[in-house]
Amino acid sequence: MTTMGKGTVVVAMSGGVDSSVAAALLKQSGYNVIGLTMEIWPVGMEDADGGCCSLDAVEDARRVAAKLDIPYYVVNMRDTFSEEVIQPFTEAYLEGRTPNPCIMCNRNIKFGALWQKALELNADYVATGHYAIIEQDPATKRYILKQGRDQTKDQTYALYNMTQKQLAHTLFPLGEFEKDEIREKAHQLGLPVADKPDSQEICFVPNDDYRTFLQEQAPESHRPGDIVDMEGNRLGRHEGVAFYTIGQRRGLGISAPEPLYVVGLDVEKNQVIVGSQTAVFAQGLRAVDINWISIPELKEEMQVQAKIRYNTKPAPALLRTVEQGVLTIFEVPQRAVTPGQSVVWYKGDAVVGGGIIVEPMSS
Amino acid sequence: MEKQIYLDHASTTPMRPEVLDAMLPFMKEQYGNPSGVYKLARKARAAVDESRDQVAEILGAESREIIFTAGGSEADNLAVKGAAFANKRRGNHIIVSAIEHPAVLDTAKQLENYGFSVTYLPVNDSGLVSLDALAKAITSKTILVSIMHANNEIGTIQPIGEIGILLREKSIPFHTDAVQTVGHIPVNVDELGVDLLSLSAHKFYGPRGVGALYVRRGTRIEPLINGGGQERQRRAGTENVAGIVGLAAALRMSVEEMDSTSKRLLLLRERLIDGIMQSIPNVRLNGHRTHRLPENVNLCFEFIEGESLLLNLDMQGVAASSGSACTSGSLEPSHVLLALGLPHEIAHGSLRLTLGKGTTQEDVDKTIEVLPGIVHRLRQMSPLYDEKAVSPIGQ
Repeated sequence: MTTMGKGTVVVAMSGGVDSSVAAALLKQSGYNVIGLTMEIWPVGMEDADGGCCSLDAVEDARRVAAKLDIPYYVVNMRDTFSEEVIQPFTEAYLEGRTPNPCIMCNRNIKFGALWQKALELNADYVATGHYAIIEQDPATKRYILKQGRDQTKDQTYALYNMTQKQLAHTLFPLGEFEKDEIREKAHQLGLPVADKPDSQEICFVPNDDYRTFLQEQAPESHRPGDIVDMEGNRLGRHEGVAFYTIGQRRGLGISAPEPLYVVGLDVEKNQVIVGSQTAVFAQGLRAVDINWISIPELKEEMQVQAKIRYNTKPAPALLRTVEQGVLTIFEVPQRAVTPGQSVVWYKGDAVVGGGIIVEPMSS
Repeated sequence: MEKQIYLDHASTTPMRPEVLDAMLPFMKEQYGNPSGVYKLARKARAAVDESRDQVAEILGAESREIIFTAGGSEADNLAVKGAAFANKRRGNHIIVSAIEHPAVLDTAKQLENYGFSVTYLPVNDSGLVSLDALAKAITSKTILVSIMHANNEIGTIQPIGEIGILLREKSIPFHTDAVQTVGHIPVNVDELGVDLLSLSAHKFYGPRGVGALYVRRGTRIEPLINGGGQERQRRAGTENVAGIVGLAAALRMSVEEMDSTSKRLLLLRERLIDGIMQSIPNVRLNGHRTHRLPENVNLCFEFIEGESLLLNLDMQGVAASSGSACTSGSLEPSHVLLALGLPHEIAHGSLRLTLGKGTTQEDVDKTIEVLPGIVHRLRQMSPLYDEKAVSPIGQ
């Protein structure tokens, strides 16, 4: 096979604007580009709308690849996706946690199984349409993951699990661009997907309705029990703890003098615990399953900005290693610290690392 | 761009230039609808009649027994659904082999939703159905048996003639999907003892979008497509005159060259199989060693996925497939290999190479040359692979 000067890159193409333009930019800059789309939707769900890897999306990606005149393959990752993303997603809810499947997908699929495919194709790099920047620190030689120039589209939160080896062989061609510029480029290139709306939902959950999805995937999620206050007094009934998330206010079916929020999920007692607005705030959290990016390990306390879910702003916090994981202690208490979600720490625009939240801490 | 080596003839074949020449007049000046009364229509009608006569003669059939369709899948659907619906007063039981093409298999599955019961006849480890098993599966309610002539993935040729004798005794309508054999090996409807037989033009260097179903006189079928009275009320729709002419021309030429082509391909096939198996360890040949289409090679490479193998071959300019190419480039473990009793993970690692009249010894040798490197590299990456390991599937 003939490889051009810059090497071979496999681009994970979802059929959306971002990965399409990513492929185009790489080709323009002289890489030998191969397009790959993962077939991940479960059998029988092929006709579901939207989502990053629906059947429509594959057809769009194929058209873009033809337009760019690059080799393009669809690879079957249904089983892997089901085992590594959908099942853990369902299990987390059943265990009273609120998972982030995009993080699982990035870790186990895009930079896991797809990574393996790229190696099998003799590729030097994997590229995606994420808005993020990879740089090598000249002093430490470590590869650093930084927020993209378009802060509104920053996707580093979902990428904190990347290893040094992965970062060394990954290209994010969109990191230096704003979303509007990418759409503009898509138009200039005449890509058939230039005007596609951004996908926001979880790609395998139809209509973004995770409760219906859970009931179909895991009928045992329907397990009615008590809604109790923080003293254990019965206030109402719930349909199954899996259908509730920390901080949730709507849909509790309880009338109370002050608004009530979900503050805890007790799977063993099968209880949804509710409390007042103040009870939803936590001073800190403990996280496990840690991955460090800008530093090899946390030796002493460190001042950072901590982001506890995809769409919140990072808040100032102190990091401290403990026996079982890492503590994040906020300067100001944060709302709805949710077990199962990830906390990602930043220093400036660089990702320090991150982990999965196990529990909020009150003081 | 280097030369493409095309080893996917079972999926489709390049059309012969002579076939295109034969078709062109019917796309240009001879555009008449054969149902018309004027001269232009008569010319078209004559071309369809002549094509039908030629196809019938080659198959050992009568002209009136040939129904032109839009391809092999339609012919299979018409045979299976058509016979099932036409015979539903006599019974509701259908027997198909477990390794049928999806055009038969999925059609049978669909019929299960309409009150039919289907027996999926198992095959042995080389893909052959057993006559005893077939005889035992037959009940008083059996109204159709469908067993393919040669399998599209592994090339195994079934003993259709013997099955035909058995079913003739019991007066059970017998369909064979001969899409992989017509134009490649001798096919005669009386020698095979079949009542229904499907074929497809683009598998023998003819145009796509046209096929035919042979329906023995006296065999009842319900039409799938109603409308005008074309094809003796059994398949409505204005005739695809150019396609039909192309089908007949391609079939004629393939049959004329059949002896020499199949002898040559048989030698190339053996060269390819031997070359690969001598240079790569832990390879298994799927299908039957001798009851096999002369152009078919189907191999399992342990410890690797067929998918990665195909993509790497493509990058080296070799066009191959893994089982049936009908599923748009995405790979499920083949139902055919699973039916041979291969474990799931090995059925994932299959490679189908199908030769054709354009295939040269140079193509075969180039394939033998590039394959070991690819397989070796993929195995090095496979967590399952241990060079010293004893092969679980023998050889």
